[in-house]
Amino acid sequence: MSTPIPASGDPSGSMAAHGSRLDPHLARYAARTHGMTASEIRALFSVASRPEVVSLAGGMPNIAALPMDVVAATVAEMLSKRGHVALQYGSGQGDPILREQICEIVGLQGVHPHPDDVVVTVGSQMALDLVTRIFCDPGDVILAEAPSYVGALGVFRAYQVDVEHVAMDEHGLMPEALREALAMLAKQGRAPKFLYTIPSFHNPAGVSQPAERRAEILQICQNAGVLVIEDDPYGLLGFDGQIPQAMRAQDADGVIYLGSFSKTFAAGIRVGWAVAPHGVREKLTLAAEAAVLCPPAYSQLTISTYLSTQPWMDQVKAFREVYRERRDATLESLEQHMPEGTSWTKPDGGFYVWLTLPPGMDATAMLPRAITARVAYVPGTAFYMNGEGRRSIRLSYCFPEPDRIREGVRRLAGVLEEELELIATFGTAIGAPGTHGAGAPETTAPGPEVM
Amino acid sequence: MSSQRIVVLAGGLSHERDVSVRSGRRVAEALRTQGLEVEERDMDAALLPALEADPPACVFPVLHGAAGEDGAIRDVLDMVGIPYVGSGPTPCRVSYDKPVAKAIIDAGGIATPEGVVLPHASFRELGAAAVLAAVENSLGLPVIVKPTKGGSSLGATIVRTSAELPGAMVTCFSYGDTALIERYIEGIEVAVSVIDIGEGPFALPAVEIVPDGGFYDYTARYTAGMTEFFTPARLTAEASAAVAGVALRAHDVLGLRGISRSDLIVEEDGTVQFLEVNVSPGMTETSLLPQSVAAAGLDLGAVCAALVDVALDPEVDVI
Repeated sequence: MSTPIPASGDPSGSMAAHGSRLDPHLARYAARTHGMTASEIRALFSVASRPEVVSLAGGMPNIAALPMDVVAATVAEMLSKRGHVALQYGSGQGDPILREQICEIVGLQGVHPHPDDVVVTVGSQMALDLVTRIFCDPGDVILAEAPSYVGALGVFRAYQVDVEHVAMDEHGLMPEALREALAMLAKQGRAPKFLYTIPSFHNPAGVSQPAERRAEILQICQNAGVLVIEDDPYGLLGFDGQIPQAMRAQDADGVIYLGSFSKTFAAGIRVGWAVAPHGVREKLTLAAEAAVLCPPAYSQLTISTYLSTQPWMDQVKAFREVYRERRDATLESLEQHMPEGTSWTKPDGGFYVWLTLPPGMDATAMLPRAITARVAYVPGTAFYMNGEGRRSIRLSYCFPEPDRIREGVRRLAGVLEEELELIATFGTAIGAPGTHGAGAPETTAPGPEVM
Repeated sequence: MSSQRIVVLAGGLSHERDVSVRSGRRVAEALRTQGLEVEERDMDAALLPALEADPPACVFPVLHGAAGEDGAIRDVLDMVGIPYVGSGPTPCRVSYDKPVAKAIIDAGGIATPEGVVLPHASFRELGAAAVLAAVENSLGLPVIVKPTKGGSSLGATIVRTSAELPGAMVTCFSYGDTALIERYIEGIEVAVSVIDIGEGPFALPAVEIVPDGGFYDYTARYTAGMTEFFTPARLTAEASAAVAGVALRAHDVLGLRGISRSDLIVEEDGTVQFLEVNVSPGMTETSLLPQSVAAAGLDLGAVCAALVDVALDPEVDVI
């Protein structure tokens, strides 16, 4: 296996005259890429994919609860009957039959649009991107809950939009805080382009707005002339089987509703949608065509066939049961193990518990210790644009089995005890940059593939 | 030898898993350019049975952090009789523990910054304020606080004021139980890689590191564009020879084999200070050793293949 050592042909001794930054395109990047840097927090999530680690970090739906033989048969049927459509370009607005089916689904939440008001997207993430693209110029301001969905914050950041966070309580976004935020912006002469809210089973907070609060928020927004973006991926996943009425049900013109099949069928199918007033819908369709020409016909026809041939609502009920059992395991374990001074939300649906640590603790700084203890979570700073959230943790119970959740919470409690001891020793948890720096939200959260 | 296959070992469970996976992929690709059969594997419960069932010709460990650099995996490979690239278990163990390596380096006549080694327990038992005051009194400021084990600057902080010291300790102890607190040395930061590709160890051109924010932390290391590198470093001929000499001497006194990278500071008066040595240097697109290889006019694939050749040479002893 003897190997000669050839010259590379490009000895870079000449580099000494001017340094190298290892990326010849540096001067070309847009200003919006400046926050896109390597993050040691994000790198730590690489370990979360190992089976030794109990990951309470990722938000991956539990597709193990999906009967794969049924899915395979659905795909086979779709290809045999409509393969020539599935493998071709399609409408930029989305498949007409699927749009009709989406209208039936959102009807369960009191939303009754015309199929023409539906734009199918590559997951609701793309809908969020398109909405921000058509409404926001760099420097515009929008309102979002504190905390808010990290994927949304990534979109807002990419479009150089300022985010004004609005406080929440155990019933979600607080109307009074919304009034205050609007008044403060008005004083600054700024009008928010929209309010972004997740009213049902919030990610990451795990709380829901009661009907009367939704009405009050809508009223405030109507009075102030603020558009509402209602993100609702978890609406059908309430554990008591009750399906909350969407905000869009009360206001067809002032609310853009975003939905998804990621949690009710499968995330890998990447199909979501926006329900929007006609003027907005036209622009969303044109923006979608500019971005992706059309949403994948293959995925749309697969989900359409599944909806028309399978008892899909029974599957949603099965998902609810799986997640309810895991929620219970999480809450029981937290009750059993967490040290004094820790508090957490008690979700009635969805995937997440929001944990608040005892005073003085820093969830971002603590993450390396948690990884050493083989448990992963997402630090609260990932869900704020302003560096807040250090005392908070998002725990996802959607993916691990209940026994693993119990073990993960037990490990986490041990990590908290050690960290409390460290704080007692040094009298501080606020350290240096690196783990302690909040960073861009998207660099302090795991990528979508992390369990 | 039942196979000419090379297993590139990367990943593991350390805090540096992500870097290791990327380094491993690059080494694997480099070896494949030489026509070698390469298999990439993680360090997990499936590894040993797989190695024993179908032993490869050689393992190329590209593991960073504990188990990869502390000698453990090399002990295991010795036990199952599979040759590997790089140093044996004992030199790895010694080099991975920064204070131990510094003590040997110091005894070998190489300058290394004055420092103290303090476990978390010392602060708990003696009181953090008193111990930190003693540290500051003894070393002065600025200092650099880092875990005694681990790489990629994880858990490391430059401390310039007394007020920053407790937070830096907390950061450090999030990554490990024992801290090395060193006097911070101003100067030109360079990394000098040493390789042995058949004719004895030699030093590659030094890489000078100029991070935008002044500290070569994780973000500066792995975000292309955030650090400016000069290869070879902007040193006088005398200083260049000195850093090469120090890296070779460190490689020698620590008993290293095949590949190492020493991180050094050249002070204004020309003194070369040894900071630490890496037995499994990073091999990512922004890592230092591949830049040295290119600056030397060598091909990374050919170098990796030659390191395998050396590992397979029965004349070379592993400590």
